[in-house]
Amino acid sequence: MALQATASEPLRRFLQVARGAGLRVSAAEGIDAARALDVVGFGDRAVLKDTLGLVLAKTPDEKGLFEECFELYFKRDEFAAPDAVEPPLPEPMSAQDLTIGGDGAGGQGSGATLGQMLLDDDRAALAAAMEQAAREAGLENIRFFTQKNLYARRILDRMGLRALEREIEALLQSGSDEAIVRAGRLEARIEALRDALRDFVERHLVLFARGETERFREELLKSARLSNLERRDLDRMRVLVRAMAKKLAARYAKTRRRRLRGQLDVRRTLRRNMGWGGIPFITVWKQKRIEKPRVMVLCDVSGSVAPMAQFLLMFLYAVHEALSDIRSFAFAGSLIEVSDILEKREIEAAIDEIMRTIGYGSSNYGNSLADFEDGWGTKVTNKTTIIILGDARGNRTDPRAEIMARLAQRAKRIIWLNPEYRSAWGTGDSDMYRYSAFCNLVTVCNTLRHLERAITDLLEGAAA
Amino acid sequence: MIPLSIDAVERGLGANGYIPSRPIATAVYLAQHLQKPILVEGPAGVGKTELAKSVATWMELPLIRMQCYEGLDEAKALYEWKYGKQLLYTQILKDKIGQVLGEADTLAAALNKLNDFGDIFFSESFLEPRPLLKALQQPGGAVLLIDEIDKSDQEFEAFLLEILSDYQVTIPEIGCISAVTTPIVLLTSNSTRDLGDALKRRCLHLHIGFPDEKLEARIIQSRVPGIEAKLLRQLVSFVQQLRVLDLKKVPSVSETIDWAKVMILLHTPVLDVDLVRETLNVLLKFEADIEIANKQLATLTHKALHDAGVEA
Repeated sequence: MALQATASEPLRRFLQVARGAGLRVSAAEGIDAARALDVVGFGDRAVLKDTLGLVLAKTPDEKGLFEECFELYFKRDEFAAPDAVEPPLPEPMSAQDLTIGGDGAGGQGSGATLGQMLLDDDRAALAAAMEQAAREAGLENIRFFTQKNLYARRILDRMGLRALEREIEALLQSGSDEAIVRAGRLEARIEALRDALRDFVERHLVLFARGETERFREELLKSARLSNLERRDLDRMRVLVRAMAKKLAARYAKTRRRRLRGQLDVRRTLRRNMGWGGIPFITVWKQKRIEKPRVMVLCDVSGSVAPMAQFLLMFLYAVHEALSDIRSFAFAGSLIEVSDILEKREIEAAIDEIMRTIGYGSSNYGNSLADFEDGWGTKVTNKTTIIILGDARGNRTDPRAEIMARLAQRAKRIIWLNPEYRSAWGTGDSDMYRYSAFCNLVTVCNTLRHLERAITDLLEGAAA
Repeated sequence: MIPLSIDAVERGLGANGYIPSRPIATAVYLAQHLQKPILVEGPAGVGKTELAKSVATWMELPLIRMQCYEGLDEAKALYEWKYGKQLLYTQILKDKIGQVLGEADTLAAALNKLNDFGDIFFSESFLEPRPLLKALQQPGGAVLLIDEIDKSDQEFEAFLLEILSDYQVTIPEIGCISAVTTPIVLLTSNSTRDLGDALKRRCLHLHIGFPDEKLEARIIQSRVPGIEAKLLRQLVSFVQQLRVLDLKKVPSVSETIDWAKVMILLHTPVLDVDLVRETLNVLLKFEADIEIANKQLATLTHKALHDAGVEA
């Protein structure tokens, strides 16, 4: 039993590391891992890796993460920086002298032990002492890179650095040549130790804190205004959008029919049971088909709304499988259909092309709506949901709200997503309130979270 | 018979014509020791189904296979009542029932008597076991292969959970049926959709990718025994190069095996460009892919010959 307890300690910490790295390891899987390790043991590294991989990582992505994590965590602690540190010491100093000196200082407590280890260059012992000190200092709780120095200092203290420093001071004071050389050598070794420790702490930071900081950053991004995003966050945003969309698609793509409880479908029940002379052995219940929404998206791509439009389109194309039909249109001064561009190209390239063709001008809502009605108005049916993304600022051109009225009659629903805050609606050249009368839903939408909610509403609305 | 070591699994499967990679052998070994199902994912044709078959032959257990598809429900997967037989028996027993009930004076007494018989029609003799139940009922254990679980509905996936974690099923009319001997369960998936976390949590997750050159050569060797070593090296090198190209569907191990068989049939000692062009449809299944490969056929073939140490 005692043996098992010691064996489970490294596993427990590895699980913590794995969770930090973003693997979703449940308690049950942790227990499985422990049981599996009881069977295979820690003896063979390759087997250990295969085993943990089988139990803990459940998607190809997770396998990758797991491998990275495993390599980092089960990396042997090598005390590098061997020869680079040596040069400052004058060669004539023989090793024997040092050892004798070391013995002399040996009785002075833990600092001397550290000194001894350093002088002997006993890397295994140093590594073990460092591990021990790190555990005592609670290094696994490190979360932010600003804590690096703090933890490094704590670990050094626990390894007995202060006593060693006092000892060096004493050696320097004594003034003898031998003592000064010894002190110099010790200081060089301490420097090397610090370097090694810095690596050690950094690795732990990567292991234990990466997941945490990433999650923190992602949470922030989800509620950041999309128009304020910095360029370096765009990639991460794309990943987030895909993940979110995938989740929604998985949730809504599948259930296409819902059984109505307790309503017998007499016709189909009789048909099904013909083989038994119409005696109803198998009952068939009435079902309700859930329609996939047909969506037409009109995106304002003039300067202010463009970043938002980019994400909306990305989102919609990622949930594609939950929708039966998307047609997308982009407009600024006038309106064009962009479905083809989006279908054929990678989303990023497509958006660039759309922006080049039509984006960034000043918007004219009346004109664009007229274009839409002329070209595609007949395609709008009572199954179509129209999503309009825009700030409804038409630069004081005619809003042509009567077109909206006609569209509202034809379409199943019109949803207007406005990136401006509610308080700004209707101010200046905003025609929001003229259009809102014809929309089933008008909502503020300027963060990823808003976007997710809007799309969820869309998918749920279709199921209702 | 539980294998004693991972090596034993490797040898056992190898003797039955399945050359496992190290993770595969580890998974099979662990599955039997922890009594957990294995969920096998990977591209089509890398030997997911084959693994189950080989485990079955090696362990000398019956293989019970259940192919999943959309709309699969418990009547087809677990059990069904033999309605016809029930109906027939009620017809035949009609007279008997008259006798039995004839002795009862009151309606209540007759009803009581009937109650005693009612359960007979819902007993195991009228139960038609489907794959899942069959696997649980095998006295010596079995290998249960649940193929392409990703094709089934989410509800069915949830329904499987009871079997996967406790090796038992609940039949409302009879009660809980537990496995006589715990079967070895393998589930395969082509990842056409994401499986639920609950299902994944109950399984060991094995991802089989394309094998490397050495392993693939060993696999072909064992599947196509008559093949010459030199030709084998050429074939494998060629296919490995194809996999790097940007293709719609890259050739997998099963296609390499087919191709090797074709080469044996044609008595080819050495690959040449024309022959490869004519037989490329064995490896590639899309017109567009064949076009892409055709453009580079000469270079690919030459490299394959070079790798195998054959002078062109």
